[in-house]
Amino acid sequence: MSKQLYLSSSPHIHSGDTTSKVMRAVLYSLLPACAVAVYFFGPAALTVLLIATLGCLATEVVCQRLMGQPVTIADGSAAITGVLLALNLPPSSPWWLTLLGAVIAIAIGKQVYGGLGSNPFNPALVARVVLLISFPVQMTTWSSPTPFGSGLDLVTTATPLGEWKNAVMLTGQMPPELQSGMVDYFLGNMAGCIGEVSALALLLGAGYLFYKRILTWHIPATFVGTVVLFSSVFWLASPDKYPNPLFHLLTGGLVLGAFYMATDMVTTPVSTKGMLFFGVGCGVLTVLIRLFGGYPEGVSFAILLMNAATPLIDRYTRPKTFGTSGQGATS
Amino acid sequence: MAQHIGAPAVASVEVGQSVAKGQEIGSAKGFVSVPVHAPTSGEVVAVESRPHPWGTSLPAVVIKPDGEDRWTADLQPGDPSALSVDDIVEKVRLAGVVGMGGAAFPAHVKMSPPPEKKISTLIFNGVECEPYLTADHRMMLEEPERILQGVALLKYVFGADRVVIGIEANKPDAIALLEKECAGAPVEILPLQVKYPQGAEKQLIAAVTGREVPSGGLPMDVGVAVHNVSTAAAVADAVLFGRPLIERVCTVTGPAIREPKNLRIRIGTPLSHLVEVCGGLTEDPGKIVLGGPMMGFTQLGFDVPATRGTSGLLLLRDEDVDRQEEGPCIRCSRCVQACPMHLLPTTIAAYSRRDLLAEASEYCAMDCIECGSCSYVCPATIPLVQAIRYGKAAILAKKRNS
Repeated sequence: MSKQLYLSSSPHIHSGDTTSKVMRAVLYSLLPACAVAVYFFGPAALTVLLIATLGCLATEVVCQRLMGQPVTIADGSAAITGVLLALNLPPSSPWWLTLLGAVIAIAIGKQVYGGLGSNPFNPALVARVVLLISFPVQMTTWSSPTPFGSGLDLVTTATPLGEWKNAVMLTGQMPPELQSGMVDYFLGNMAGCIGEVSALALLLGAGYLFYKRILTWHIPATFVGTVVLFSSVFWLASPDKYPNPLFHLLTGGLVLGAFYMATDMVTTPVSTKGMLFFGVGCGVLTVLIRLFGGYPEGVSFAILLMNAATPLIDRYTRPKTFGTSGQGATS
Repeated sequence: MAQHIGAPAVASVEVGQSVAKGQEIGSAKGFVSVPVHAPTSGEVVAVESRPHPWGTSLPAVVIKPDGEDRWTADLQPGDPSALSVDDIVEKVRLAGVVGMGGAAFPAHVKMSPPPEKKISTLIFNGVECEPYLTADHRMMLEEPERILQGVALLKYVFGADRVVIGIEANKPDAIALLEKECAGAPVEILPLQVKYPQGAEKQLIAAVTGREVPSGGLPMDVGVAVHNVSTAAAVADAVLFGRPLIERVCTVTGPAIREPKNLRIRIGTPLSHLVEVCGGLTEDPGKIVLGGPMMGFTQLGFDVPATRGTSGLLLLRDEDVDRQEEGPCIRCSRCVQACPMHLLPTTIAAYSRRDLLAEASEYCAMDCIECGSCSYVCPATIPLVQAIRYGKAAILAKKRNS
């Protein structure tokens, strides 16, 4: 035999699924949401998407060069962070804000911890929350969706959740018309972050990820389910004041959060049981923040808080080893 | 001479001696050991160390066949109705029968559980142990009588109440045939989910009985004994005809072989001959694997002999060899979901690689069955099972030294 023979320890075959293939599939799955964003918010959304994505890629290159590490932007993870960040920003976000977000996401959210796989918090959400706290005005200036062509200037408005919070603070009552636009909310015809408006587009993408077995039901189902159940309690107790579960589901960042942000593999538990705890925790915190917190939206904070709890959850939800009654070693 | 798990046999013939097929050429040493027999008649041309599939040179007896393939005269057929349990076990030991699934553990040891361990369920493994391999499937299709004779003998030996032949549901022909052959007999044919590693002993027991073999324990601890269907056939040969284990079925397959086949091979046949019989290679192989793709051993070449544990010879092309560079763990948890022992492979592997053996042990490293599923699914292509294997060896070494 003329050629080299490989000697190695088994196994000798591999599924062929690699990290970059997984990342690429996630990117594809975000395309419908990006398309809807551009449809409703026009060039403004496209600009935010481009700046955030390119900003994240550039930051990753700069960080890795500075640290003398191999540049790994080809794995696709920085691009995903960029797209997710963009989807979490308002369409009117100025270019410097978007770029700052990209730098924060990659440099502070990811690379300082050691890069891919080592960050405890979802990088895109770290950036969103830092921006939200540092630049509250720019981050909460919302635009009305204007399907292409209908007007060049974006009209400033409030998100449905924001409207509700203002009304309840002022009058203690919920304006009844707020709950009448569910179809628009589902399609994305409402004010909000670029990517969170259309539940339909997000679910399309998530369906693809389920099909590719990249997403499992555990976190999205428990997250959404908990929000529905928990918010129902308040709604049933006081329907004049609290919005119904469908409103919680379709407005704000719940769908984006539950299917894309809370399912980030790196920052969530590894065991099935742990994922269920994680989803429930996210759901409870989201409802509490939405109904009783200072901010109208609580998805980002809820996920980040649960990210912080992930090591603890992992510790207490270790799967029961086959043939043992508990988790401890017997030998 | 190293044909089984346990102490290798010791050569009992000399150079120049002529031997008959089935004649003992190596004698057992200790309880967990079995004798080795001449696979054909001929002349002993060397008794020396030769390359062995385990990767080193080990003691061997080299026989030049005379082409007559003449059986030894002292085969002792047995009448099952006249034999006691101890007689049967002794005949199995003398015939050198070992587990044919690939591990090659001496069968008589498994057939002699301590009296306080009552075996209530006897399971026959008709689940192909690994992808690519189809040797057990062919055995079930072509020799159901031999298998069922062995099943009856083993049922008698163990006094088991329940006898189950577990077969993966993707072999409906084997299931139908054995069901027909077993009609009226107290033997269940149980179709099982097609899911690697269904053929692993502990997983098979859980699938059939719902019982989990305790960590560090043996099947007998839950009242179960497991034998491969091909082992049952070998037991039948040994007891009914006095024939020693000198042949087995081996799957020769993979993208680099011209005509993949299941062959009935004599133990000791050089691999190069198996390749020849299968029409040769389509190209220079990238990897030569003895056994299956998930747990088999790579070989340096074709000049080693097939052993009693050689369930397959897998030839991969250069392009089939995975050379993806390892990336960081993205905590995707695929290894956790894949692990049949419900371990955290990524955690144990990380500890093992840093020589944090106490921690690896705490995460049940020793319960790993090394099926390779974690490495197979890992998108970052981290050598998980390889690292865990290292960790296990280091933990054992430390225990021995302390």
